[in-house]
Amino acid sequence: MSLLDYFRVSRRNSAAIAKERLQILVAHERAERNRPSYLPMMQKELLEVVQKYVDVDQNAITINVEKDDRHEILELNILLPEDQPQPRKVGRG
Amino acid sequence: MARTIVITSGKGGVGKTTTAASIAMGLAQKGHRTAVIDFDVGLRNLDLLMGCERRVVYDFVNVINGEAKINQALIRDKRSENLFILPASQTRDKDSLTQDGVGRVLEDLSKNFDYIVCDSPAGIERGATLAMYYADDAIVVTNPEISSVRDSDRMLGILASKSRRAEENDEPIREYLLLSRYSPKRVHNGDMLSVDDVQEILSTNLLGVIPESQSVLNASNAGTPIIMDQSSDAGQAYLDVVSRYLGDDLPQRFIELKKRSLFGRLFGG
Ligand SMILES: Nc1ncnc2c1ncn2[C@@H]1O[C@H](COP(=O)(O)OP(=O)(O)OP(=O)(O)O)[C@@H](O)[C@H]1O
Ligand SMILES: [Mg+2]
Repeated sequence: MSLLDYFRVSRRNSAAIAKERLQILVAHERAERNRPSYLPMMQKELLEVVQKYVDVDQNAITINVEKDDRHEILELNILLPEDQPQPRKVGRG
Repeated sequence: MARTIVITSGKGGVGKTTTAASIAMGLAQKGHRTAVIDFDVGLRNLDLLMGCERRVVYDFVNVINGEAKINQALIRDKRSENLFILPASQTRDKDSLTQDGVGRVLEDLSKNFDYIVCDSPAGIERGATLAMYYADDAIVVTNPEISSVRDSDRMLGILASKSRRAEENDEPIREYLLLSRYSPKRVHNGDMLSVDDVQEILSTNLLGVIPESQSVLNASNAGTPIIMDQSSDAGQAYLDVVSRYLGDDLPQRFIELKKRSLFGRLFGG
C-alpha cells in the first residue's frame, strides 16, 4: 500500500466516523429529551434518603428510564463507597 | 385558511433564508397566494435575498405593536403578483415578538393567503420558537455535516413537543428534511455524510437535496431567489422541492457524482 493509498483510506473513513458518532449522540440526546420531567427532582430526593444511611457522593447515583413497546423500566444505580459503609445517625442535621 | 410553513434548522448559516425565499417564490409562481415572513428580528436579511430592501417601510414588529396595518407592512413582489414579503425589524430585539402578537398577525394573513412561509432565525430562542409555534408544516434545513445534523434532531424534538399543535393535542406538525449544500463529489470521496446517512439518522421525510452551488451566491447578490435561475442545478433542485411539497412524486436529482467527459476534465468544463 502506497503512502497515498494510506491517506486515501483514512480520508474515506471520515464521513463514516461522523455517522457513527452522530448515531450514538442522537440516540443519547433523544433518550434524554424523553426523560420524564420529575426525574431530576426524584434523583435528588432519592440521593438524600440514601445519604441518611450511607455516605455516598453526589455522582454515585444514576437514574435512567428506558421504554420499549410494552414496558417502562426505571433503572436506579447507586455506587456504594469502597470501605464498609458507616451507618450514620439518623435524625441529626 | 392558509397553511403555515416554518423553515428552521437550529444551526445558523445552513440556508434557511435562501430556502424560504425560493420556496415562497416557487409557491407564488405556481399560482398560490403566498406571504413570507422574516422572523429574524434584529438581523433581517430576507428583504435582501428577495431584492426588496429599499421598499421596506413598516415591519413585523410595527404590525404586532399596532403601529402599522398588515397591508401597509406587506411588500408586494415585483416579479410575482401572488407573493408578499413581511420584513423583520432591524432595530428591535427578539423580545418584541410576543406569542399573542405573532398569533394575531398569522391569523390575519391566514384570511388572504394560501401559504405563509416563516423564515426562522438560528438558535432555539424566542424568534425561532415563535416561528415554529404556529406551524402546520416544518422544513428542517440541514447541511451534511455533524453539528448541523445534531441540531436538526434537536429541532425535530422541539417541533414535536413545543408547538401549538402539540399543546392542543392536534395532529402533529408535518416535518420535512431539506438537505442543502450537498456535494456529491465530497460524499464520493468519503468526506461528507451522504443523503442516506443523514436520513438514516434523522428518519424524516426527505423533501429534497440542494447541491452546493456558486449560483446561490450570485442569486443572493442580485436579490433574486435562486429558484428563478433555472439554468442552475440549485434552482432546479428548489423547483423540485416545491413540486414535491405540493404532492408531486419526483426522483431526487443532483445526488450522484456528475460524470465528466475526458474533454470536460481536460478543460475544466
Ligand atoms: N446550496 C448552496 N450552495 C452554496 N451556498 C449556499 C447554498 N445555500 C446557501 N448558501 C450560502 O450560505 C450562506 C448562508 O445562507 P442563508 O443566509 O440562507 O442561511 P441561514 O440559515 O438563513 O442563515 P442564518 O442562520 O444566519 O439566518 C449564504 O452565503 C448563502 O449564499
Ligand atoms: Mg437566515
